Order: sequence, then C-alpha cells, then structure tokens
Amino acid sequence: MPGVTNSAFLRLAYNTVQGVRGKEELDPLEFDDLVREKMKLLDIDPSFLGRSLNAGFSGGEKKRNEILQMALLEPKLAVLDETDSGLDIDALRVVANGINKLHTPDNGMVLVTHYQRMLNYIVPDYVHVMEGGRIIRTGDKALALELEARGYDWVGKEAA
Amino acid sequence: MNTETRSDYLDSLLHGRDLVPEARAGWLKALRAQAVERANALTVPTTRDEDWRFTDLSPLYKVPYRPSAQPGEVSAAEFGRFEIPEAATRLTFVDGHFSAALSRMKPADGVFVANLPDALAAHDRLVESRLGKLAGTGQDAFAAVNTAFLHDGALIHVGRDHKSAPIHLLFIATRKDGAAYPRVLVIAEPGAQCTLIEDFVGLADGGYFTDAVTEIAVGENAHVAHVKLQREAQTAFHIARTSVQVARDGHYSNWSVALGARISRHNLHVMQAGEGSEFSIDGLALIGGRQLADTNSLIDHAHAHGRSRQLHKTVVGGGAHAVFNGKIFVRRDAQHTDAGQQSRNLLLSDKAHVDTKPQLEIFADDVKCAHGATVGQIEADELFYLKSRGLSDATARNLLTYAFAAEVIQRIPVKSLVERLENQVLEQTQIKS
Repeated sequence: MPGVTNSAFLRLAYNTVQGVRGKEELDPLEFDDLVREKMKLLDIDPSFLGRSLNAGFSGGEKKRNEILQMALLEPKLAVLDETDSGLDIDALRVVANGINKLHTPDNGMVLVTHYQRMLNYIVPDYVHVMEGGRIIRTGDKALALELEARGYDWVGKEAA
Repeated sequence: MNTETRSDYLDSLLHGRDLVPEARAGWLKALRAQAVERANALTVPTTRDEDWRFTDLSPLYKVPYRPSAQPGEVSAAEFGRFEIPEAATRLTFVDGHFSAALSRMKPADGVFVANLPDALAAHDRLVESRLGKLAGTGQDAFAAVNTAFLHDGALIHVGRDHKSAPIHLLFIATRKDGAAYPRVLVIAEPGAQCTLIEDFVGLADGGYFTDAVTEIAVGENAHVAHVKLQREAQTAFHIARTSVQVARDGHYSNWSVALGARISRHNLHVMQAGEGSEFSIDGLALIGGRQLADTNSLIDHAHAHGRSRQLHKTVVGGGAHAVFNGKIFVRRDAQHTDAGQQSRNLLLSDKAHVDTKPQLEIFADDVKCAHGATVGQIEADELFYLKSRGLSDATARNLLTYAFAAEVIQRIPVKSLVERLENQVLEQTQIKS
C-alpha cells in the first residue's frame, strides 16, 4: 500500500485495539518508543517503520512485519498460516523467535505448516494432523518428527 | 448561451478596468490595449468547445466581476497560517493588490524579486522583452482578460548560475466577491536554480473570481521547481494559466495541488525549446461536495532527447467532478523523446465523477512514450487487510485515501509545505489519530 507508512498503520491499529480494550491510546512519540522496543526484542530492522506498508516487501519482510503486528496487537488467538513458506533461514529464525517470545500462558497460537523445519525452533504443545477439514490425529512434538520421517500417508490410512 | 452573451461577458469583465491604475510604460499600455482587443475578438468557452466539454462555466458567467478597488484586511493570526519558513522571500498580494507590509524581501545574491511596477523601474527592458511572450493570449480569453488588467504581479529573475532559496508568492482573497488578476513572470537564466511556490488562499466564503497567468522561462541547464497550491474558498472560481518554456538541458518540475474552489481550471502548457529538456509534472486534486477541478495540460516536445514524466491524481468525493485532459505532443524533430503520463483517479462516492483524457500525439518515429489511466475505488483487499488488523471501516478508508494523495504531496521539495498539506489532507479525509 504505497503511501501508508508502516508506522502510521501500526499506530492506528494499536490505538484502535487499545481503545476496544479500554486501555490508554498512545501519541506518536510514545508509540514510537513502544514499537522500537518491540522491534529490538524481535530483532527487526527499525527502517521498517518509515517504509510503505507491504510495498516492495519481500516474503520474509512481510512475515517479519506480521510478527511485529502480533507483538503490538497482542491477539488472544493467532492463526499463523504457512508462516514458514518462502522464508530464508535468517528470516525463519526471526519469525520463529518472535513466536516463542510472544507466546504466553494467556494466548493461543495455531501454526499451520506442511513442514517440520519451523519446529526446530518452536516447541509446540500439540501437533494435530488435519485431513479434509477434520483433525485425524493429535500428538506432541514427536508426531511432527515422525511425520517428517514417514510422510502423511500412514496417518490417513490408520485413521480410516 | 448564445454567441452574443458570451462575448458580452468578457466585455462586462473588461468594464472593471477603470479600477486599475494606468500603465506608465508605453509598451505596457500597448500590451494591455492589445489584450483588450484580443478579448473583444474572443468569446468565453462553453461546453461546446472541445477543450471545455466537461467543465461548465455558466455559474461564473452570471456575475460581471469587477476587481476590488482596495485590498481587504488580513489579521496576523490569519496570515501566520500561510507562512513558509523555508521561503526567505515572499511576495503577498491581497485581493490582487501587492502588500509590501505582508511581504518579505531577502533574495539571495543574483536574484531579483519585486512587484511588477517596481520591477519596471529597475528592469524595464528585461520585463518588456519577456512579459506576455509565453502566455500569448491566443485563443485563451481568460489570459487575454488577465493581461488587459495587468498591473501588480511578481517578477522573479535568477541570474546566470545563481541559486535561489524557495520564493513564496501568496495570493490572498479576503473578499466575498470581485475579481483578481494575479500575474507572475519568472526568468531563470542559464544554469540558475530556483524553487517557486504559488499559493492561492481564500479567507472568506464567497463567489469571488481569480484569473491568474504565470509565465516561466527556464534557461539552458537551469532548474526550476514550481509548486502551485490552489486552496481558494470552496465557493470561489479559479482559472489559471501556467506557460513554461524550457531551453536546452533545462529542468522544470511542477506540483499542482487543487483543494479549493467551486470550479477550478488549470491550463498548464510546457514547451521544450531546446534539446534534452526534462519535465516532471505532478498534479493532485482533492475535492468533494459540488466542486469541480479541471486540469488541462499540454507537454510539447519540440526538440530531440526530451524527457517528461507526468502523474496526475484525483480524489473525488461527494458529488464532485474531476477533469483531466493531458496532451503530450511529440513533434517530428523530437527524436528520442521519452515521455510517460499516468492519470490515477480515486472515486469515494457513487455520485463522484471523473473525466480523464490522456492524449499522445506523436509525429517522430524513434521515441518512447507511455500513458495510462485508471479510475477506481478503494481496493477491497487492502481495506480487508487493514480491517483485519482492527481498524474500523472508516479509518481504513481514510488511511487509504490519504495514502493515495500523499504520493504526490510527498514529492514536493518544501518540507514544511509537505507537513502542512499532509495535515490538511488528513483533515479533509477525516482521519483522527
């Protein structure tokens, strides 16, 4: 979105959410402090703030920015759909570390992925296998490793 | 309107000439007399004229405007809003009259800036040789009428290889009615650089009329950056001609922003007078209610190796109407011309209306020319993205509208003006943050 600076967008979104939660809204200077602190925590380049939202962002940059939005907006439940696709190793680590840092006992995160590689950085509480819109198997992190080794076919056959 | 009343209208405007001081210089008397003659031979345009098909001026023709005999009062507080810190030099005109009290003269070395009658005392020959040469009154009835009233106005002369800080020309309308005929002549000698801000503001709501003419001669290898800001009262009429000639390897950039007036029309004519000239022409109209903003531009590539880029954007709300007629002319000798033109229009309501007509006329065979036009609404997926992050529908729409307009504003090379315009656009698009 050329012309929509990331910082203006993030501030508007943050203040809207704060308003709904009955919390205090921040003026641009206070917000700037907050967002820089979060960016430091997540290891995101501060030059992101001055850029236009998603304009010329690479796949990795878009996803880092999504993580930053998650850090600011603090959703109770976040669905991260194929967050690992198209990421190089560095971006993958930034995104995965962000998820780790933002995960608390009070929020939930659903990671949708086809691969194990993100789970090298993130330890999931549960692993569910979905087929045709139904959860056909539930396990813990060991299930993800097994899937990586054996593929998906056997899960479907066992469930049938 | 029949032909007779059309010529009657110009005649009724010309009647106001008794309120303008006599010209002292013989040549200026003659120039004005020729313009009267020319105006008498012309009729005002109507929607039957191809160049005015979409712009109906009949509300203007109901009032036989006379110039204001005296300038109105401008309070310090009102004036302060328009100050531009970067501009060391400012000429202020109130209701068409030069105001020495509200002007500030600190031109740099080699730069001469003055009200036209004073300029004549010092540089009579120079002014005589240039004034009225670019905005030849030709078929333009309003330029002819402006010239017939020629008295106060701005002369800017930037000497060879000299540089000027931004110069602010402020035209204030305090009146509820009456006409003003602002006139500007800019001469940038070879290698000179200057930034010029023409700023038309209205303090009172009223159906007054501004009929402005600006001529700019850009010398060889000179750079002129020109901001034209039209923020007249929402009920006013504004018709302006900007005629520019750019010599070999000269650069001319223009940012024209139209926010005010009930009906506004900007005739922008940029002519290449030597090889390798470059033009960058940006326009933004941001209108609502019953406003009409019309931009009619002609970029004339008459020599080889010229380059031009034009981006014209309109944001149209309410029952407003934006018109863009952009012609790019590439003459037979203008080989290796590189011209690009984009017309981008954003409609904010069902009743908003845009007429856009990009035109390329190419007579040379080895050129690169591209143009495009889009008319659209706010993108649904962009709106969804913002709303999914918590923004309300209204805030998301306002943010996207603002961003669309900001692309042009952010290119303006005067920082305080960019900030002020951004705030004005934010207000107009009603983002509260």
